[in-house]
Amino acid sequence: MSTTLVTGARVLGGEPADLLLRDGLIAEVGPGLAAPEGAEVVRAEGLVALPGLVDLHTHLREPGREDAETVESGSRAAALGGYTAVFAMANTFPVADTAGVVEQVQRLGEQAGWVQVRPVGAVTTGLAGQQLAELGAMADSAAAVRVFSDDGHCVSDAVLMRRALEYVRAFDGVIAQHAQEPRLTEGAQMNEGAVSSVLGLRGWPSVAEEAVIARDVLLADHVGSRLHVCHLSTAGSVEIVRWAKARGVRVTAEVTPHHLLLTDELVRGYDPVYKVNPPLRTQADVEAVREGLADGTIDVVATDHAPHPVEAKDCEWSAAAMGMTGLETALSVVQSTMVDTGLLTWAEVADRMSAAPARIGRLAGQGAPLAAGSPANLVLLDPAARWTVEPERMATAGRNSPFRGTELPGRVVATFFRGRATVLEGRPVHAGGEGERP
Amino acid sequence: MRHLLSAADLDRDGAVHVLDVAEQMAATQRREIKKLPTLRGRTVVNLFFEDSTRTRTSFEAAAKRLSADVINFSAKGSSVSKGESLKDTALTLEAMGADAVVVRHSASGAPHRLAHAGWSRSAVVNAGDGTHEHPTQALLDAYTMRRHLRAAGSGHALGRDLHGVRVVIVGDVLHSRVARSNVLLLHTLGAHVTLVAPPTLLPVGVGTWPCEVSHDLDAALTGGAPDAVMTLRVQAERMTTTGGGFFPSAREYSRRYGLDRRRAALLPEHAIVMHPGPMNRGLEISADAADSARSTIVEQVGNGVAVRMAVLYLLLAGGEPAAPTPGGDS
Repeated sequence: MSTTLVTGARVLGGEPADLLLRDGLIAEVGPGLAAPEGAEVVRAEGLVALPGLVDLHTHLREPGREDAETVESGSRAAALGGYTAVFAMANTFPVADTAGVVEQVQRLGEQAGWVQVRPVGAVTTGLAGQQLAELGAMADSAAAVRVFSDDGHCVSDAVLMRRALEYVRAFDGVIAQHAQEPRLTEGAQMNEGAVSSVLGLRGWPSVAEEAVIARDVLLADHVGSRLHVCHLSTAGSVEIVRWAKARGVRVTAEVTPHHLLLTDELVRGYDPVYKVNPPLRTQADVEAVREGLADGTIDVVATDHAPHPVEAKDCEWSAAAMGMTGLETALSVVQSTMVDTGLLTWAEVADRMSAAPARIGRLAGQGAPLAAGSPANLVLLDPAARWTVEPERMATAGRNSPFRGTELPGRVVATFFRGRATVLEGRPVHAGGEGERP
Repeated sequence: MRHLLSAADLDRDGAVHVLDVAEQMAATQRREIKKLPTLRGRTVVNLFFEDSTRTRTSFEAAAKRLSADVINFSAKGSSVSKGESLKDTALTLEAMGADAVVVRHSASGAPHRLAHAGWSRSAVVNAGDGTHEHPTQALLDAYTMRRHLRAAGSGHALGRDLHGVRVVIVGDVLHSRVARSNVLLLHTLGAHVTLVAPPTLLPVGVGTWPCEVSHDLDAALTGGAPDAVMTLRVQAERMTTTGGGFFPSAREYSRRYGLDRRRAALLPEHAIVMHPGPMNRGLEISADAADSARSTIVEQVGNGVAVRMAVLYLLLAGGEPAAPTPGGDS
């Protein structure tokens, strides 16, 4: 395996140091390391080094919707965004509700070789919310699933949710809930409030998210299980999770980059690129989720990367699909909203985007500190760079970035996955695929 | 004016100008020969994804009296009903050389997409989109109010707005594109609007609108001394569970929010009674209120043609814009 010396990187934004990567591990970290014979040298002066990012919430669309994304294109996009692991959501065709499908997704990820692809298993068969999927079979499979979610659908039945929470305790699993009370959101098109009243679009009220989160934290408390709240989007949700954590409930929560930056004011032009579920909320909600992420109430930034083919967005609002791409813009949006505003340090970014999601997903070998002995998963970014988002130049097959035309700070320069560069000088480096992995 | 998508596209002077042009158009309609050569050689497409005979025929009459060629493109029976997208329909109409597209669609914002998604260069007129807006309805309502409430001794109201006019709009505001456009336009013209509805039929966020909100129709009629009362259509099925369960029964709705003979008698002598049609007689309005001397309901229909002639004229032959149109174009 290759040996690489990364020189002058500011580890977690701190003092410059060199990192020697050898045999898939970080061999040494410190100032003035000598390059061993034959080592490739990557100059990283001025760049910030973070552990490779881990996305707890990605839609890779394969199998079934290869017109929207493939495991290859999505995981390449992830590498370009600084990720070394992604959790692939279960709403594929067929649904990832059996050992066979999760193993297929895992295998496709390994073949692509850009990042570690960890399949998420469906909670209920076919995401139908009727009957538990074979959670144990997925946990025992070669894919060793630990995160289960019906994402896109809420496990709204309280008994089913209780059973799921209880059942996965046997293998230390976690239920990642898409919190959306279905009756309160029938036909919902956007956040319910002043803007929806003017636009005549059916509202998706905050209470539909908050009511389910409140119920679920109480259920998790009652049965002593782990609950993870997907893409929390409202100020009220932050309050509920804060209350639950203070009470000792085993709950974790994530927020998406788009909910950290964008508001429902953007819907005024009816451009479906801003249509997403949960919907963009108000400025007060944006401020609350930033505050929650800063104080640790929200554990994780997760992208909810949701690529769609062009025709799914090139239509009238109500006919359009929900979702936005996010893997290649997440770190820049977090820098813009959290670091450049003084709300998070780079060390805290490493926690929210790498260590915490790896811990929640029970993913050993990811999110580890940048120290000797850790797997060599890391990202180098240039925080001084600025770039303008052009979806056509992205690796993801989806063109539905809400940040089109936006100038963002911070650019991923290099990503190393298990000691090998997947991205150098901001460009993908062809993965070796099979055989390179340990 | 490049498009007419929302009543908010018009500022005070722009809106008054549309009403003035409509008044001139109406004058021509009292002549023996009603047809004007103004839009000869221009093509207006009526693109209706929802059935609406009255609005479509009103636009059709308006375009024809300006000598435009009119193509009626109804979603039913066309490729649209077989799954053709709005975009492909727009590209087709563009290729056919449509100068203006009058669009009625069940999706709020569909006219915005036609105007701004880059699919077509035609002028777009919103003829009612989902539960969003219906700006020409608001214009014809304002026109009707101006004629009745602000006409000078000579009978015309040219140059005037609706400053100080008090309007009560009662009914299903939540689902009403007519209410949204009227609140915006009447406010722009200086009128004072009070919306009356049960709380279930008002959108969350209505408190940010430039109007008053009440749940008590009797109080609004007696205390407010309105110059005009507009009743909105209420679909009786909204009381059912599948319809959303917005009110307990048609009878209870009618008792609390219907404009009946007793309530009509509470109005000042000069006040007019309006309805955008089609009416549910006996639900939101009683027959005697609808047919009373103060009712302008039939007159509104006729005014609709004049207002739509004005809009098409200003969009296609207006040359200089009547006024800046904030939000109307980019």
